[in-house]
Amino acid sequence: MSTSRPADSSAGAPAPHLQHHFTSPAQQFESVVLGMWLFLATEILLFGGLFCAYAVYRANHPEIFEYAHVYLSKSLGAVNTAILLVSSFTMASAVWAAQQSRARLLRIMLALTIACGLGFLGIKYVEYKHKWHEGLLWGKLYRPQHEAAPFSAHHAFEHGQTPPAAPTSAPGDTDVSWVFTPGDTGPRGLLAPGDTTPLVSPEPKVHNVQLFFGVYFALTGLHAVHVLAGLVLLGWTLWRAALGHFSAAYFTPVAMVGLYWHVVDLIWIYLFPLLYLIH
Amino acid sequence: MSPSEPTRPTAAHPVGHHVPLRVLAATLAALLVLTFITVAVTWFSWSDFGRAGNIWIALVIATLKAALVALYFMHLRYDRPFNAVVLISALLFVMLFCALTLMDARAYQPDIQAYRDVDPAHYAPDLQRP
Amino acid sequence: MKAVVSTFPRSHVAAAEAGAAGDNYLTHAHGIRSWLFTIDHKRIGVMYLVSILAAFLLGGIFAILVRTELLTPGPTIVSADNYNRFFTLHGAIMVFLVIIPGIPAALGNFVLPIMLGAKDLAFPRLNLFSYHLWVLGALLAVLAIVTGSVDTGWTFYVPYATTTGMGGVVPVLLGAFVLGFSSIFTGLNFIVTIHKLRPPGMTWFRLPLFLWALYATAVIQILATPVLGVTVLLLIVERVLGLGIFQPGLGGDPVLYQHFFWFYSHPAVYIMILPAMGIVSEIVSVFSRKHIFGYHFIAFSSIAIALFGFFVWGHHMFVSGQSNLVTTIFSLLTYSVSIPSAVKVFNWLATMHGGSISLRTPMLYTLAFIFIFGIGGLTGLFLGALAANVHLHDTYFVVAHFHYVMMGGTLIAMIAGIHYWWPKMTGRMYSERLGQLSFAAVFLGFNLTFFPQFIMGSHGMPRRYYNYPPQFEFLHQLSTVGSYLMTVGFVLIAVYLLHSLFAGRRAPANPWGGATLEWHCASPPPAHNFDEPPPAGDPYDFNDLEYDARIGGYVYGTRPVAADSEPT
Repeated sequence: MSTSRPADSSAGAPAPHLQHHFTSPAQQFESVVLGMWLFLATEILLFGGLFCAYAVYRANHPEIFEYAHVYLSKSLGAVNTAILLVSSFTMASAVWAAQQSRARLLRIMLALTIACGLGFLGIKYVEYKHKWHEGLLWGKLYRPQHEAAPFSAHHAFEHGQTPPAAPTSAPGDTDVSWVFTPGDTGPRGLLAPGDTTPLVSPEPKVHNVQLFFGVYFALTGLHAVHVLAGLVLLGWTLWRAALGHFSAAYFTPVAMVGLYWHVVDLIWIYLFPLLYLIH
Repeated sequence: MSPSEPTRPTAAHPVGHHVPLRVLAATLAALLVLTFITVAVTWFSWSDFGRAGNIWIALVIATLKAALVALYFMHLRYDRPFNAVVLISALLFVMLFCALTLMDARAYQPDIQAYRDVDPAHYAPDLQRP
Repeated sequence: MKAVVSTFPRSHVAAAEAGAAGDNYLTHAHGIRSWLFTIDHKRIGVMYLVSILAAFLLGGIFAILVRTELLTPGPTIVSADNYNRFFTLHGAIMVFLVIIPGIPAALGNFVLPIMLGAKDLAFPRLNLFSYHLWVLGALLAVLAIVTGSVDTGWTFYVPYATTTGMGGVVPVLLGAFVLGFSSIFTGLNFIVTIHKLRPPGMTWFRLPLFLWALYATAVIQILATPVLGVTVLLLIVERVLGLGIFQPGLGGDPVLYQHFFWFYSHPAVYIMILPAMGIVSEIVSVFSRKHIFGYHFIAFSSIAIALFGFFVWGHHMFVSGQSNLVTTIFSLLTYSVSIPSAVKVFNWLATMHGGSISLRTPMLYTLAFIFIFGIGGLTGLFLGALAANVHLHDTYFVVAHFHYVMMGGTLIAMIAGIHYWWPKMTGRMYSERLGQLSFAAVFLGFNLTFFPQFIMGSHGMPRRYYNYPPQFEFLHQLSTVGSYLMTVGFVLIAVYLLHSLFAGRRAPANPWGGATLEWHCASPPPAHNFDEPPPAGDPYDFNDLEYDARIGGYVYGTRPVAADSEPT
């Protein structure tokens, strides 16, 4: 938060980080914490809109979700969940270290948190890349690449299905060439070895599969942007920690970045089962 | 983890609450166990609870995990109650938004279907496949 | 509570009078940078005021162009495409740049900390950042005009907004996103300030009602605006990348977009009107020289309006394909908002009853507010009724209704507030006679502009139409003439307010006899407002204020003030 910088403090004042319009460090800290919680409330409502879109499509078209979720890797999702949970733990430990004035532990914990965040984004990148290659994208860009996927051609053959034709435009007097027809059987998607999810969706005649990927990319994309922002903030905090700015007397930025990071984790805690663990 | 362990602000440490590493580590362990459980339940069928039976199980577990993060990692358990009010209000308003919108969207699906049935060639292009 | 007897008022006023000639927030620092990068809430408030009035000028020019085009059926001065652009830009600029930030960001920023007895808002840098975001949002909106403009209406309904060829849609949406965060940060700052920076003695029930209104507004800003943020983000992605969540051609649901949009935009009308009601509560009491009637009712009705406002958004969607079930529920819930609104109006009337009313300019505009808001509010009941709504939906009746509430309500209350706090902000008095004249022009012009629109709408004149049958010509012409008269009134206000800056009489600390804390510091206030926070008492106790003709303002009499009295 902008107020966390120790400017404005008059020289020789008993509490160097106290700004002139606060009467005590406790009042200042509590104000910043309340401000941060209000900001986090706005973050939750920002994601709330996307959760609403998810709920509406999931409730009205469960078949889309049951069909399409097999293209997400449960294993990678679970690993990413664990990574974020660990990063939340290291972040909370960083706050504790700052409160105890343990500068070295603080730096280690912040660095570990950053490493976890980078790991999360790395796995996310692998997932996105496969979706991209297989054309499992949102609305307008949804073009399943049946032959391109390593597992799918083999799989379709195995089940005696002919590969579906390329997307065609619908008949009609209006130009609907921008409407895409999803394939009967999509590509195998990104499955880690050992995943036992069925290779073919139980309901082959599923329409508007692109909606699932639209919701998936909107939710995880906005979340990834927040992870990225969190990493920038963590980098800034680590840099200041390296300069020795934080101690038991002043650790507000560490605590605030921590709260933000935990909310990023909190949102993923819901995203993981809602997107990856559809039964 | 005993709730009396974390300290309140004192003269030496004027602000904030100190949640010791032991409590944080126990929280992490609980979170990882819950993550395992939420994955494990998808190995079994929950169709007795309806088509979307597993979503409720998943949401309950996710909420438990979120509560652990908020209470211990985010210090909400030791913090001013008003901060919890802020968080809960945000969740309530998200629920309000989702609930009313969902109630509406479910109710007008038949209208959409009726409209598409009038002239599928024209109004339901996604059904027109070779 | 400990009874503290204080003699602060006289000493403070004396200090204030002495300080008037000395250092104040305007003379504290010099140069353009001392303004653009200030963290003083008063300077930020003044910058907001100037910027918002500039945006009002721009939006007003579009309004006059629209009204002039409608002078005759068919083409009058512009093409149909340009007409669509003009009403869209008029709406978007007035809503996002003027009315939503208007009272909280400009007047609220200036007076909130002073009324509270604080030295600044809790987060001064965040406050400056939110102003810079406002400027960025405004620049994006202006950029949209350059890059091909928008013709979607301010509501950006899909699928039209995702398919229209106008190149300004994305910049305007980005602008709305940025402005949303500007609004969120202002609200966040206000909530934290009111919670944490109240000086000892300033209890919740000694807060002036304007602060209760700003608090309720801030709650909406926090809880509703993020949903607008995600809505416009999705719409940008929809338009640029074809996301498909809202586009029917891609399997998406356009009614879902309307739910998203109105979940913010309905509560947003309370972001607009609640601070206006707060200003009215202050002015009615001061200019009736009478304690506000029903302090607690007015305070809690602000909170009630803020909360009820979240349960009624679907009444904008009665004919959009929303299901009958939800439509009925929203129609019923809509009536709940009228209860706290009526509570406020009756309390204002009861405050005036038996008071010694002085018809100075701020009070005249306040009376205009109550009259116009009465009409605007009651016609809202027509629109909330299902059957009537189907007939009146998207007609000029709706246009007239929301102009009666947004313009006649919010904007006129803002003008009242500007006149009320002008001496405090600038240290100068404006010409009272010209003020009353401007009131006559604005009040008559407003009703002449918008009342005929109720009649046109009930006869079926649809909104946003470029052309119309000849039977509506006379009423359209009345409306256009009214808008010109209103323009004269606004120009007059600009002239005498600017003139007062250079030639106005110096303002005393308390020209109107207000009892809230901002009248206890000098006009203009010193840079840090108060050295010591003044002890807070009942903000509507005028008993000890006496008019001193020597200084042209009010001072406290000799009786000491019991600082523990709360409003009753």
